[in-house]
Amino acid sequence: MSGIPHDHYEPKTNGEKWLNSRLPIVGLLYDTLMIPTPKNLNWMWIWGIVLTFCLALQIVTGIVLVMHYTPHVDLAFASIEHIMRNVNGGYMLRYIHMNGASLFFVAVYIHIFRGLFYGSYKAPREITWIIGMLIYLMMMGTAFMGYVLPWGQMSFWGATVITGLFGAIPFVGEAIQTWLLGGPAVDNATLNRFFSLHYLLPFVIAALVIVHIWAFHTTGNNNPTGVEVRRTSKADAEKDTLPFWPYFVIKDLFALAVILVVFWAIVGYMPNYLGHPDNYIEANPLVTPAHIVPEWYFLPFYAILRAFTGEVWVVQFASFITGGIVDAKFFGVIAMFGAILAMALAPWLDTSTVRSGKYRPMFKWWFYLLIIDFFALMWLGAMPAEEPYATFSLIASAYWFGYFFVILPILGVIEKPLPQPETIEEDFNAHYGKADADATPAE
Amino acid sequence: MFARLTPGAGIGENLVSHAEDHEGTRRDFLYYVAGGAGVVATGAAVWPLINQMNPSADVQALSSIRVDVSGVEPGTQLTVKWLGKPVFVRHRTGAEIQEAQEQDAEGVDALPDPLARNSNLNADAPATDANRVMPSPEGEAPGAWIVQMGVCTHLGCVPLGDAGDFGGWFCPCHGSHYDLAGRIRKGPAPENLPVPPAEWTDASTIKLG
Repeated sequence: MSGIPHDHYEPKTNGEKWLNSRLPIVGLLYDTLMIPTPKNLNWMWIWGIVLTFCLALQIVTGIVLVMHYTPHVDLAFASIEHIMRNVNGGYMLRYIHMNGASLFFVAVYIHIFRGLFYGSYKAPREITWIIGMLIYLMMMGTAFMGYVLPWGQMSFWGATVITGLFGAIPFVGEAIQTWLLGGPAVDNATLNRFFSLHYLLPFVIAALVIVHIWAFHTTGNNNPTGVEVRRTSKADAEKDTLPFWPYFVIKDLFALAVILVVFWAIVGYMPNYLGHPDNYIEANPLVTPAHIVPEWYFLPFYAILRAFTGEVWVVQFASFITGGIVDAKFFGVIAMFGAILAMALAPWLDTSTVRSGKYRPMFKWWFYLLIIDFFALMWLGAMPAEEPYATFSLIASAYWFGYFFVILPILGVIEKPLPQPETIEEDFNAHYGKADADATPAE
Repeated sequence: MFARLTPGAGIGENLVSHAEDHEGTRRDFLYYVAGGAGVVATGAAVWPLINQMNPSADVQALSSIRVDVSGVEPGTQLTVKWLGKPVFVRHRTGAEIQEAQEQDAEGVDALPDPLARNSNLNADAPATDANRVMPSPEGEAPGAWIVQMGVCTHLGCVPLGDAGDFGGWFCPCHGSHYDLAGRIRKGPAPENLPVPPAEWTDASTIKLG
């Protein structure tokens, strides 16, 4: 499957040969697990396994929670309390599922920023990147609909605000919103369909994860140097790589164990820390909570949504040239989705031929500023919609777009990159010393 | 296939060239018919799956409700649920009416949304205070009653009464300020709060819808 030369599975026993000639599944799993992996991968390359674990955790806990949950406006809130109080270990299952979503997003954000720093999105890994962005979008949809299911105040009003985004689309918006909700407002029809989709989408994500892995197994992993594995011969490739099993599996599982220590501490001792007390009040269509805040993982994009009000000149300009079709509301929606689209377009916006940020002296600083910007937006998204937060949000949103649409294209032209190592082996030896005996794969 | 074989042309060649051949043969016609039927059948199969998400008959059944407003003292507001959404029935005090008229004096052109958005009037009616309020029942000052949807025109939150920079309503979600006539003044909301179809059935009952 991989373009990197390596040993393939050879059926040895008669039984293996019998199976292999009918269904080469062992070979597929063997080649997937034994994929040659750059041996200089650092700790930023563990998040894929963490994400895979999160998906499995959410699917397993989700399936058992469904055995006790009732998707009806009159019963949903009570059924959650039933899970929390009556079901054996139900509170634990629900707390794991709730906080599992947060771990999922922590991991996906680090995974995405890892890709942005080390240029993992660049050719030939654009498809991997795009599939990843699709997975991220699906994750957001799944998490949003899952948050509606407990039918608390934040569930209801979050659903109202987010489906209202679709109502902002000119001409057809209201029809789309009514279609999504199944009525003029968020109600039982909405709850039922969100439940159905919340159950479906994780399996779509699982399928996309397989495509994601397939894509980067075809191109090979990126690595901290951004230098490609040598494909000139199997011997050369083996100097740059180690098989995924056992080397990286053990490393990743160790990292996962460390992360899970923190995760279980949060689940066990502060399970509601990342939640909102308002969601323990049953949904009431007549009262909006004083301060609607989405879950923390949506805050950066929520801040961008709110930043573009009618007073901002770009909004007024957009409204003017479109004859009022793009109003402040629609502009905010475009900006929010545009912020995610900007990330998806990174492979084509970044003009630099150097992959890794390690060898890009100017890029580095702009990238660190993007990280700060991301956290600033997250903080601003949680603040009330008033000054000075409104102005800060606008500045932070402008930087987000500026990074992708201005800085990335220009840097590739004006930046003078630092010298890169010739091979991964050279980089590895520079770090860990030349130790031929140890570096030889056990095989 | 055999009918189209020409002397000197190999079978393979013939198969390849067939795809490029756009002359109106009977086979091409059958392709188009089959393809067209496939598209129609797919559409017919998918449409019910999409349409099932539209409002069901019970939700669609337009309801109208009667609201008893005899207990709504000046300076207070009643919130009722109509079509799944809140409706504000506000009884304005004399001071509020006066303040609303002062706000009105700035002219509708100064407003972000110059239209009344009143279902009881023409769509192009200007957003003057008089076009936003209910006709008053006998014995009450004009502009004493204002009825509007309690749904922020930004993203659908319920605005808070007696709040905001203009003395009317304030939406806590994204900071839209509405004045005493429910007109958007500041913030991301694009339109004034809509006025639903409403009329007096007697001196103390308003019919919505």
